[in-house]
Amino acid sequence: MSFLPFAVAAWLLLVGLYGVVTSRHLVHLVLCLGVVQASTYVLLISIGYLHGGRAPIFVGITVGTPAVDPVVQALTLTDVVVEATVSALLLAIALQAERRFGTVDPDAIRELRG
Amino acid sequence: MRRRARTALFLVAAVVLAAVLVDGLAGLPAFGHFHGVDGRTLDHVTVRQRHATDVVTAVNFDYRGLDTMGEEFILFASSVGLVVLLREQRADRQQCPDDAGGASGDDGRDPLLALVGRWSVAPIIVLGVYVVTHGQLTPGGGFQGGVVLASALITLLITTGGRTPRTIRRHGALEALEGIGAGGYVVIGVAGIFAGLQFLSNFLPLGTAGALFSSGTVISLSTVVGLEVAGAIALIVAEFAEHGQTPGVGS
Amino acid sequence: MTTNVVPLTVAVPMLGAAVLAGTQPLRRRLLAEGIALAAAIAATVLGALVLRLAIHRGELVYWFGGWRPHHGVALGIAFAVDPFAAGLATFCGLLTIAALVFSWRHFDSVGHAFPALVLVFQAALTGFCLSGDLFDMFVFFELMTVVAIALTAYRSDQRAPLQGALNFGISNAIGGFLVLFGIALLYGRTGALNLAQIGVALRAAHGHGGALVVVAFGLIASGFFVKAAIIPFHFWLADAYTTAPTPVCILFAGVMSEMGLYGLARVYWTVFAGPLAPHAATVRLILVIIGSLTALGGGVMCVLQHLPKRLLAFATIGSMGLFLVGFGLLDAGGLAGAAVYVVADGLVKAGLFVCIGILQHRRSDTGSLRVRGLGRGLPFTGLVFAVGALGMTAMPGFGTFLGRSLIETAASAAPGYGWVPYVMTVAEALIGGSVLAAWARLFLGWGPDERHEWLAPESAEAGDELELSSRRTPAVLFVPALVLVLGGIATGVLPGVGRLAISGAARFVDSSAFATAVLRGHAAAVAAPASSGPSIAEVLVGLGLTALAALVGLGVIAPRRLPFGPPALQNLSRGAARRLHQLHGGHPGDDVAWVVTGAAVVCGTLVLALR
Repeated sequence: MSFLPFAVAAWLLLVGLYGVVTSRHLVHLVLCLGVVQASTYVLLISIGYLHGGRAPIFVGITVGTPAVDPVVQALTLTDVVVEATVSALLLAIALQAERRFGTVDPDAIRELRG
Repeated sequence: MRRRARTALFLVAAVVLAAVLVDGLAGLPAFGHFHGVDGRTLDHVTVRQRHATDVVTAVNFDYRGLDTMGEEFILFASSVGLVVLLREQRADRQQCPDDAGGASGDDGRDPLLALVGRWSVAPIIVLGVYVVTHGQLTPGGGFQGGVVLASALITLLITTGGRTPRTIRRHGALEALEGIGAGGYVVIGVAGIFAGLQFLSNFLPLGTAGALFSSGTVISLSTVVGLEVAGAIALIVAEFAEHGQTPGVGS
Repeated sequence: MTTNVVPLTVAVPMLGAAVLAGTQPLRRRLLAEGIALAAAIAATVLGALVLRLAIHRGELVYWFGGWRPHHGVALGIAFAVDPFAAGLATFCGLLTIAALVFSWRHFDSVGHAFPALVLVFQAALTGFCLSGDLFDMFVFFELMTVVAIALTAYRSDQRAPLQGALNFGISNAIGGFLVLFGIALLYGRTGALNLAQIGVALRAAHGHGGALVVVAFGLIASGFFVKAAIIPFHFWLADAYTTAPTPVCILFAGVMSEMGLYGLARVYWTVFAGPLAPHAATVRLILVIIGSLTALGGGVMCVLQHLPKRLLAFATIGSMGLFLVGFGLLDAGGLAGAAVYVVADGLVKAGLFVCIGILQHRRSDTGSLRVRGLGRGLPFTGLVFAVGALGMTAMPGFGTFLGRSLIETAASAAPGYGWVPYVMTVAEALIGGSVLAAWARLFLGWGPDERHEWLAPESAEAGDELELSSRRTPAVLFVPALVLVLGGIATGVLPGVGRLAISGAARFVDSSAFATAVLRGHAAAVAAPASSGPSIAEVLVGLGLTALAALVGLGVIAPRRLPFGPPALQNLSRGAARRLHQLHGGHPGDDVAWVVTGAAVVCGTLVLALR
């Protein structure tokens, strides 16, 4: 069962990608991208986990108590910010697409060909 | 490609990718038994080296402060780009009705709700400031606190019918906030050079662990990041709200 | 001169961008452009200083925050600056200056946002080049992507840029996630993020580290391949580069795509070269084959293009294939060739884009169906475009030829890769020929009347363009084009370019020297293999190749005039062309499906082949 968190991460990645590929709505597509991103959070945090480890906040706890890995938490924080910004931009594009094309169906947004 | 072809192609590829991922992930140390050298070292030395009790924040703003600078500018670029994206569209139509600033009962919103919304702005800001400035002690920091600060604006928007108060939008206060936050980080970094050390060195007095003004530049960097994040997210939300208010062109 | 100039190459453009954003309410165009140009020039000058330092010292390592490593454990982030990294960073600065200058006249009103975004882009490119930390590279990579999405969608009042930006954003975001997955795997195995530290840790483990290391390599390669538009990860690029504003295309085609390959090369030589060394032959084969397919595929798509910007987009894809072949040979010679090729090709392409910008400035738009004869009456622009087109055919005298001959020398030296030069020849003939055909179409008015159903209706940069006018081309637009194209020639004829490239490459591929320099602080000297310039025979062959490209160009432009080809073949090729165009239809779901397929193929092949 110790493989489960990593399996969840892989599953989220693939399911999110499936959503992106088959999406019919740009907002839905961006949210599926968020699911893909979530898979990286799960992977990072699960990698850093330590059985019996505390949070790496040493308030009232002596240094040297086993704690989980703080680096992956910092990485995940950065990751969350990245995802939020990419989502914001893509959603803004979706909004504009709705105004310009009259639809948010990726199938119908076909200005360019070839 | 037709939909079915695309889905079929993806499913085949996904199965292969799944097998590959499982193969690779199996090589990881078993869940819960990770003893990465960087993390272990940091858990042991941070309190002593940086007088900070929250190791994650110390990592973000000190050990790996350059990553945070890049991250900050990702948010900066995103909000600047988003404003250009959405603003251009409003400019090429007629003047939208002037914001009433939320003075009257906007769009039939519940006046009680609007009142609660306006009165909650101050406590939320206080909470945000708390989270920003106590990052080196307890979970928190510039990013988290900045989002809390921005949520004051979000609460206002939701409860008062979606018009950002004119005073904030007109004078580019949010953009200025962003610029100060982003530039401030770089300036503090450069100040490290002037202090005779390296870029982004922690050159301020470290104080005692557990006290508010500890761990040197961590709190200053946290503060400027908080400003920048608050400005950027408020700007993004305000732009989306404005876009939602103005009537659509359609095609 | 202290090493503190190193972080300033990234800090200065960022500060400039922040100042521009903060002064937004002032809305002074001259102020905005002045600040932007000053910041860009300052950063480029600093980059040149760093380059000089790096050449002098071999490897320049800068630890942010003063966090030097202890006992091989690096807690802080380092910039590991070797001559290649510094050179590439300076090159980014030069193109940024060109893009900013060009944008003065290209847009009617610039505002503060555009220059701010361009400056942040320069900072991201520079940081990505110089970084010696795996996650830090990822952060700058994402910064590049986010800014690029915003820049592509800059003209959001038109429909086409929205589609371009959408495809760009979705595909590149997924590429980023793939890279991050790989980084997480490596962190899980080694507990480190510093490139040198990871490399040392992986080398210490016996064998090639099992499937985890191979899968990590596959994922990171796939993610970077998306950015580098390697086939089949490439479907997003044509839409994005066609619809992005032309000044931005200078940066995209000149340097951003190349960053994908640079990132892979950097990560390979510092992290994976050690554990994968026993399987280097297999990895080499896989990389060279992928590169060859990309080069040929890009070339074929080039032949089918008539819109100039879309043509250059596919030319970029083809060039990326050639660069991948150079890197994929996994030795210093091929890498040196790829480096010279990247710089020269970037300069020439940037010049071509500026010429297209001049055409846009003078006429309505080059997205319309009426491309033929658009450039008539612009003799000097036509001359510069022609010279640039010759540069794309890798004619002797250009840096592109030097790069190609270095790669071919390396390929001939590697047993079993004698077929590589032929593939490169065909690809370059296709690409160069198509660009020559575009020149003839634009400036001489040759070619059949355009009636291509599958081409887009008018889209691209109207709006801000001034109406049809017969004013003289402003110097601000013409001079950058000339300078850029001349730069492409300079890289080919200046003495010592080849020698510098080979010595730089020798250092770049030396993993142990890198680890020693980063973790122990002293840069050892690295022996560089001797190099000689291209021989007379190679020059003659090169001229022959240019002639071949010209022939291909004639074939592209006047298919009915060429004697060969029965009607059945013509119909077949037309049907195939239609299929290829449909494949590049621009649906984000399609692009992603191909990215996943590519990742599955790359990772799967690696896992099976490297058991």
